[in-house]
Amino acid sequence: MNFQQLDEMEIATNVSKISQFVTNFRENNLLIGDRLRDSSKLVLAQNDFPTTRHESWKYTRLTKLSQLSLTTTEKINSPVSVPLKSPHVISIVNGNIVDVPSIPGVNVFRLSECSEKQLELVGKHISIENDVFQALNTLYLKDGLIIEIQENQQINDAIQLIFETQESSIFCPIRIIIVGKKSSKAHFFQHFSGKGTGLTLPVFEYFLEQNAHLKVDKIQMENDESFHIATDQVHQERDSYFKINTITLSGKLVRNNLNILVDGENCETNLNGSFLLHDGQLVDNHTIVDHLKPNCNSNELYKGVLNGKSIGVFNGKVFVRPDAQKINAFQSNANVLLSEDASMNSKPELEIYADDVKCSHGSTTGQMDEEAIFYLRTRGISDKSARALMTQAFIGDVLNQIDSEEVRSYIESKLIEIHGWTI
Amino acid sequence: MIKINNLHASIDGKEILKGLNLEVKAGEVHAIMGPNGAGKSTLSSVLAGREEYEVTEGSVDFDGIDLLELSTEDRAREGLFLAFQYPIEIPGVSNVNFLRTALNEIREYKGLDPISAKDFMAMVREKSALVELDSKLASRAVNEGFSGGEKKRNEIFQMAMLEPKLAILDETDSGLDIDALRIVANGVNQLKAPTNATIIITHYQRLLDYIIPDFVHVLFDGRIVKTGTKELALELEEKGYDWIKDEFSTVG
Repeated sequence: MNFQQLDEMEIATNVSKISQFVTNFRENNLLIGDRLRDSSKLVLAQNDFPTTRHESWKYTRLTKLSQLSLTTTEKINSPVSVPLKSPHVISIVNGNIVDVPSIPGVNVFRLSECSEKQLELVGKHISIENDVFQALNTLYLKDGLIIEIQENQQINDAIQLIFETQESSIFCPIRIIIVGKKSSKAHFFQHFSGKGTGLTLPVFEYFLEQNAHLKVDKIQMENDESFHIATDQVHQERDSYFKINTITLSGKLVRNNLNILVDGENCETNLNGSFLLHDGQLVDNHTIVDHLKPNCNSNELYKGVLNGKSIGVFNGKVFVRPDAQKINAFQSNANVLLSEDASMNSKPELEIYADDVKCSHGSTTGQMDEEAIFYLRTRGISDKSARALMTQAFIGDVLNQIDSEEVRSYIESKLIEIHGWTI
Repeated sequence: MIKINNLHASIDGKEILKGLNLEVKAGEVHAIMGPNGAGKSTLSSVLAGREEYEVTEGSVDFDGIDLLELSTEDRAREGLFLAFQYPIEIPGVSNVNFLRTALNEIREYKGLDPISAKDFMAMVREKSALVELDSKLASRAVNEGFSGGEKKRNEIFQMAMLEPKLAILDETDSGLDIDALRIVANGVNQLKAPTNATIIITHYQRLLDYIIPDFVHVLFDGRIVKTGTKELALELEEKGYDWIKDEFSTVG
């Protein structure tokens, strides 16, 4: 057998993998336009799940995911549990939108009821090329939402997007488009939970118009068997402010693609993330901040704590384009390995094509400071509490970036529940 | 209070303590002096339960309990306190949070209810005043960005908060200027009671002008070779350690 034959064989088996994966799914009838639909089909016909030979999937194996036999369901088993007090609750169960509340100052549309014109926002800044997950989402999402914060409106209570998987072996693609109109302000709280093996495949697209202000807290706490591949695509116009805090507390495999196009002057962008892993979990944060225009600031802080045989991946790219002068871009990734079997793969990347910028990046991965643990123990603190104190202190930098006291204490309560920590 | 009997300890196979005997009774202050490498810090490390050290022989009785059988945290809960020569910086963990955790774990060990937030804060105010520690430092991260003197004062502040039976001050005086030394010594003196005891490990006689010891011991080559009163410390200051070395060096 020569190499060419081998290649052909691999392609052949791969293609059958993805076509098998989609057997039980039905294409949607959304008015997303032939161009998008056709290109999605083409991507699925010509590609397979990426392997570790793909640079952006180098450390994240999808073999188990590709072998899942999933289906979709219309079922809504029970009402969701709502973490925050805010009355603005949008719940999505098993990938189905349960109800669409009326929120003063906000327009909410179901994608299934949108015109082709409205749906031009779908995938506007996303490159679908060779990206099977984008294609899967586009073709098979059942519905989604456009949430539009009206001009000059400030929505004080958090808009809660509660995603729950209540059945096992479910495929949940969903797409949420968030538009911050000129000079609007809002806080979104995304919460993912659920049971059983399944794949949640959410795509969020944010459009920040001039002077818009959006904060997002994303809490990922599905179960130890669940797969989650998320994309958050952000487009910022001038004078806008965007902040996203991604907190991953559980999941078998979680991949977060966070892509930010800073396409206007005087913008501020903050990306923070923390992940706490145990057993054989894998969390992969891929971020891109692309500075297209001058006079902007971006800050990125990701911290991971890895126990058991868990694997962490951080890949943070910052581009500063040729005319984007006076950019301040800072990026930091720090990780603590709590066990010898845990591993972390961290890759910060800066590509700077402008000459008057301030950029820095740093990445550290280490172990718990045993001297500090000993010091705490000499004061009567147990080994377990000492490690919990140290871990909390470590990720405290990230949690402190969450502005809502209510969200912070919710996360703290989950840390106690999942990791047995007390604050 | 504590009775150390024929203590042998080694690290990486090298024997440092070679049959150390020491008894400290309640209400007493003992000073341990000695040249570099005599085993002073090893003694404090072994008593605190640092795992790198292996005790090969001997016993330590702490108020009727076999100290060497206890974990580091249980030693602390039984009332042993070690003021570190080099206090550790712990970014992100606030002094107050750390001390409340410590205090409550000690109370739990003793079967007591957790201290109320109000009582705790009152205690913080009272005890930080004892060592003239700015109350702002109490809410900052443990030792982070503290000056050398502030770190040592923070050790004594922690000691005041935890109210140990036996405190071991490991070179608490080194690197302190006279003012800081006076503050630290003053704190230690105020904490002195008939029910507790202090072991001061030091290089310099200077500290003993402020904290008057009942006994001064000379530690040399892993053993206590001489015991006297504070006059012995003055003699050591004046004559150095060479005469001790000449007298007690093991031949061969």
